[in-house]
Amino acid sequence: MPFLKRRRFVSVIGRKSQVPDGMWMKCPGCNQAVTRKEIDENQQVCTHCDYHHRIGARKRIEFLVDPGSFQETHMGLQSADPLGFVVEETSYSYPKKVKESTEKSGMTEAIVTGFASIENTRTVLGAMEFGFLGGSMGSALGEKFCRAADDAVRERLPMVVFSSSGGARMMEGILSLMQMAKTADGVRAMNAAGVPFISVLTHPTTGGVWASFASLGDIILAEPHAHIGFAGPRLIEGALKVKLPEGFQSAEYQHEYGYVDQIVSRTEMRSVLGKLLAYLAPQ
Amino acid sequence: MLYSRSIRPGARSYCIEELGTALAKLSQNNNSRGTAAHVLPFEKRIVELEARLEQAEDDDTRNEITQELEREREQVFAQLTPWQRVELARHAQRPKMMDYASRIFEDFIELHGDRVSGEDTAMVGGIARFQGQTVILVGQQKGNSTDERIRRNYGMAYPAGYRKALRMFEMAERLHLPIVTIVDTQGAHPHPDAEQRGQGPAIARNLLYLMGIKTAVFSVVIGEGGSGGALGIAVGDWVCMFEHAIYMVCAPERCAEILWRDASKKDIAAAALRITAHDLKEFSVIDAVLPEPGGGAHRAPEAAAQVLAQEIEQFLVRAKNGDWTPERRQEKFRKMGVWRDVV
Repeated sequence: MPFLKRRRFVSVIGRKSQVPDGMWMKCPGCNQAVTRKEIDENQQVCTHCDYHHRIGARKRIEFLVDPGSFQETHMGLQSADPLGFVVEETSYSYPKKVKESTEKSGMTEAIVTGFASIENTRTVLGAMEFGFLGGSMGSALGEKFCRAADDAVRERLPMVVFSSSGGARMMEGILSLMQMAKTADGVRAMNAAGVPFISVLTHPTTGGVWASFASLGDIILAEPHAHIGFAGPRLIEGALKVKLPEGFQSAEYQHEYGYVDQIVSRTEMRSVLGKLLAYLAPQ
Repeated sequence: MLYSRSIRPGARSYCIEELGTALAKLSQNNNSRGTAAHVLPFEKRIVELEARLEQAEDDDTRNEITQELEREREQVFAQLTPWQRVELARHAQRPKMMDYASRIFEDFIELHGDRVSGEDTAMVGGIARFQGQTVILVGQQKGNSTDERIRRNYGMAYPAGYRKALRMFEMAERLHLPIVTIVDTQGAHPHPDAEQRGQGPAIARNLLYLMGIKTAVFSVVIGEGGSGGALGIAVGDWVCMFEHAIYMVCAPERCAEILWRDASKKDIAAAALRITAHDLKEFSVIDAVLPEPGGGAHRAPEAAAQVLAQEIEQFLVRAKNGDWTPERRQEKFRKMGVWRDVV
């Protein structure tokens, strides 16, 4: 009897930007037909409903920084396979997944770091890539984050990091859990040195990344409707047999409960960050 | 209770008494049932031998059985499958945080509340005395009986628990007291209320604070070290684990579900995740593996407590000598991880 069916919680997880190659596309946010060109020119944000299509780290940097100002750092740091996570029974191979992810996303790790200027303020910038193994945090990512944080401390520059992650990278086991402590120490070093750290949460920022550096920003911004939280909705629903309300763990929810300073649309991000950086950068 | 008071003022104490007796009976039942039911299949032979040893009358038989028992234990523990190791770490009769607290410390004054939003009984904290020295003790308490487990939320803390821990850490730093944390949890509680009160940020705050804290921190995983919920109190200068404890980024059944959409592959995941004390020592994530003499802490809790007490004693001596500095702790955690540097 369909009318007795439980209405399922509509999760923001799993939203995929389905951008066809054609000229027109249907916006997943408002179901309206929009032209691709319109979206492309608006930083992949719907001009009707402000729906934010997911973008990669490179695109984000391109939208954000002063043209030509980005100098990438620590490019050589890549994931290894410390556990030997190759499971024959399920034909699962972590090194193979890393290779596939690299080919698919064109990235060597789930974060890009570097120096950049945002509206003329020099800053250390990090941008996470969800397309690389779900933006998961493994040893290489932790090391890259910390080296970038150390760059900020040494050069006395503010740091901005855009998070997008499903959490810790299981395939590196306990070592990925330890990246939570390690990246928290990166933030501690910036705090001690008096350089500002701005954390920007994009869809999704969950698990170990939310429970470490992403929630430790001096300032925390979020993109509209981004999914932000510690335990995933599936885990909570499974463990407690409860139905979660719509909008649970959304950026707006986290803002309402006091964990996000401002929700900033992608098209406004550059000017908001520009102002914050100009005001807060160490003199 | 309120109901009975409103009709018959004298009935209240009677009701409480009766309820108390009923609860005590219930928990007794649970405990006794627990003893019988909580022998894991691979332990049966060991338990049999132990029973025979108790009944043995002359020294010769006793020696014989003791030897056989030793052999049996060695063999069984060497052959455990990864999933059996998980079961052992979660064994209902493994000593809990409070069991160690009462055995190891001369006195323990429990303090309550996070000073922000409430009291979390899954996370215990307070002032303890160890060989005449004051330390701050914090840890998760899973509970020994069914009603205690429910009351303690199976050792899964809400943000209030992590904030209570933080409050203890801050006090320890101000008063120059060393910290001992005892880890035993499946993880931080996955609950909508926990999310609303900032579970992620609460754990993150603890990580950051412990990284820079200007006092010595000793951490031990006694049973289960579940993910961020465990790490939130385990950023120590000296982190150790009992031999049969596990410490992991994600429970094996969860890992199997996420990677292969099949929780029954938990055995495979348990092996792949490398969650045993010896694995962690190999990765330099922990500093020491504490032996569990006499067939595991659940069979010989007193012996396990002694081992832990010795470890704490050594740690405190080194703390007095100024061996632990925040910089060394930071360096230790910064080194964790394995990556490639392709130039």
